[in-house]
Amino acid sequence: MMLKAVILIGGPQKDIIPWFYTGTRFRPLSLDVPKPLFPVAGLPMVQHHIEACASVPDIREILLLGYFPAQQLQQFVADMIAAYKIRIRYLQEYQALGTAGGIYHFRDQISSGNPDAFFVLNGDVCGDFPLQEILNFHTSLSTPSLITIMGTEATRQQSTMYGCIVEDKETHQILHYVEKPSTFVSNLINCGVYICSPDIFKRVGEIFNSRQDFYSCEDSEGTESIQLEQDILMPIAGTGQAYVYTTDRWWSQIKTAGSAIYANRHYLQLYHKTKNERLAVNGPDKPTIIGDVYIHPTATVDPSALLGPNVSVGKNAVIGAGVRIRESIILGNTTIQEHSCVLYTVVGWNSTVGAWTRLEGTPCDPNPNKPFAKMDNVPLFNAEGKLNPSITILGCNVTVPSEVIVLNSIVLPYKDLPRSYKNEIIL
Amino acid sequence: MGFGGKDLTLGNMKALILVGGYGTRLRPLTLSRPKPLVEFANKPIVLHQIEALVAAGVTQVVLAVSYHAEQMEQELAQEAQKLGIRITFSLEEEPLGTAGPIKLAQSILASNDEPFFVLNSDVICDFPFTQMVKFHKQHGREGTIVVTKVEEPSKYGVVIYDETGKIDRFVEKPQEFVSNKINAGMYIFNPSVLKRIECRPMSIEKEVFPYMAGDGQLYAQELHGFWMDIGQPKDFLTGMCLFLNSCKLNNSAKLYKGPGVVGNVLVDSSAKIGKNCRIGPNVTIGPDVVIEDGVCIKRCTILRGATIRSHTWLENCIIGWKCIVGQWVRMENVSVLGEDVIVKDELYVNGGMVLPHKSIGASVLEPKIIM
Repeated sequence: MMLKAVILIGGPQKDIIPWFYTGTRFRPLSLDVPKPLFPVAGLPMVQHHIEACASVPDIREILLLGYFPAQQLQQFVADMIAAYKIRIRYLQEYQALGTAGGIYHFRDQISSGNPDAFFVLNGDVCGDFPLQEILNFHTSLSTPSLITIMGTEATRQQSTMYGCIVEDKETHQILHYVEKPSTFVSNLINCGVYICSPDIFKRVGEIFNSRQDFYSCEDSEGTESIQLEQDILMPIAGTGQAYVYTTDRWWSQIKTAGSAIYANRHYLQLYHKTKNERLAVNGPDKPTIIGDVYIHPTATVDPSALLGPNVSVGKNAVIGAGVRIRESIILGNTTIQEHSCVLYTVVGWNSTVGAWTRLEGTPCDPNPNKPFAKMDNVPLFNAEGKLNPSITILGCNVTVPSEVIVLNSIVLPYKDLPRSYKNEIIL
Repeated sequence: MGFGGKDLTLGNMKALILVGGYGTRLRPLTLSRPKPLVEFANKPIVLHQIEALVAAGVTQVVLAVSYHAEQMEQELAQEAQKLGIRITFSLEEEPLGTAGPIKLAQSILASNDEPFFVLNSDVICDFPFTQMVKFHKQHGREGTIVVTKVEEPSKYGVVIYDETGKIDRFVEKPQEFVSNKINAGMYIFNPSVLKRIECRPMSIEKEVFPYMAGDGQLYAQELHGFWMDIGQPKDFLTGMCLFLNSCKLNNSAKLYKGPGVVGNVLVDSSAKIGKNCRIGPNVTIGPDVVIEDGVCIKRCTILRGATIRSHTWLENCIIGWKCIVGQWVRMENVSVLGEDVIVKDELYVNGGMVLPHKSIGASVLEPKIIM
């Protein structure tokens, strides 16, 4: 069996999905680095996808599809090939083509070598992907599936924020699919992970061609934009050619900078299963570690620091004496000076945080009392125009003086803070 | 302010300290201890005043209180013995205002012909009691009020007087500038003043002084140096800074010198301070306090028996007796912890007023009272 994987990594502007805040909600962290390369649990976000794919033995090639300038991903792709010893390529869309448009545009590349099937993973989601299990399910079906979607359960209320799947409980065929309905349809939602048969290209081609006729005028920006959800899944649902594989393993969207903290925690926890060596351990002359903590081998952490749970410390970072870090991501080359306290914060690259300073954010985790609850996509501002409490984010090259507090605030890159801030965006 | 300096020519003088009621403005501290006994710069407020009175020749002090003061009686009895004076209590069954208590204590205050002092118990300054007596005897009239210069006189009542000190009149909260001198809460009176007061609720500012001034019997003496009414936490801390500065100017050996100390700091000899701390400026640390490693404290009062755990940062706070403040805590903005409060690790307390025996497990992001 020969398989491929396609990871959709998007691009620097808003995604074509016209919901407000999408694509720009990862700022200010995405101002310096493409969002898929943002490190979570010590690895660029999309590396977690690549790692999951590389663990499926029959996957021969991984294609990253997006519209970031190619040179931004060059080094990363080279590093991934070296790390996982598998063919990986970045295919740049000339414009945002939508979640299916890109796949159609590069259909020849995907189909070359005649793969038996190919995975499609949305770069905006994270989780413990059961790819081998989905593959087994897909290939064991009695009637062939054009597309098998990975689904998971959500709360009734939150389901309407996702693609909703109505499933035939016996055959697992998809009876009906609708993207972000305004009324409740089903609490089984689309995880943005699929496995497709190469036959699907014929279907996509039909839709593409019918679109071309419809948009016969020349400058329509959306002519080649085809959405997997609305344009492919919805029509195929109910025809007996689309299936759903339900998982109850951890899964989440990763839209906002704050959700990086949530994903950080879960990916760190996943390391226990197969990558335990990535987690920091207690030892003489080492900082005290509580729970799951990732420390890059080149980072310097004073033995009197107390780290964790759920902390990632990046390349060449320096953590001073008596520093406390909890539920946070410290990116590369950053210095945190003595006695400071960092909670629920993302500190951007090359930043400096003074002594006795407090950086604190507010988590936006799913309600732990509701089973299947997902992260709420809380808007940046509340009804009164005030900033909703959220994870504190420092962009790259930010300097925070000693003895101040930065609480529930977002600081844009290259800023020198003169004082304390609370509940503000600092330009 | 030592004990040996009694001026024998002044005779056996008396003093009345107006303590009043429950000290509600200095809660939560006064929920555990009567206000006069709350330690200011590591000494009960009232003792600062009593020691200065003794140095000026006072041999008997009356504390005018409006509630039962057994705790005060017990604690001050020891001090009285040390200082060689008598301390008695005058209990108002009903609150008598600012003048009534003077009448109530008449039998002691007028027991001889010497003038007597009356002080507001919340006042801290470089007490000018000896100079007050001199000035008072010099002008020979019935009463002397100490006045002090303030930056914003319209918040108070101002005093208008001529170059000899004779007071012309008082103006309450003037809309336009007439004077920047206000009543500093310290007076000397001849016993004849008692004829002007009845034993009922009476305001000395409204019902006694204006008449004395009208009769040309009231004089003002300007206070030099710092002055503060420390009856509420914000002013308590400001008063502490002024007091410590005064210690520095008088080259007091009391100020603490050690590693990590910045500016004016007072530390009791039984307190322990850890490594890599930064203490000061403007900090007082009481007996048996433990400050762990890596702590930064600025503009705070830490009362007896409290523990501040490592890496914590405190600014502009009063930490009550026996409190335990956890590690990596940040407290600021006139936060006040009552007696025996526990603040858990890694919290942020911004202007929190915490009642005694409370355990705080969540941050206080905006000023509020925690019951």
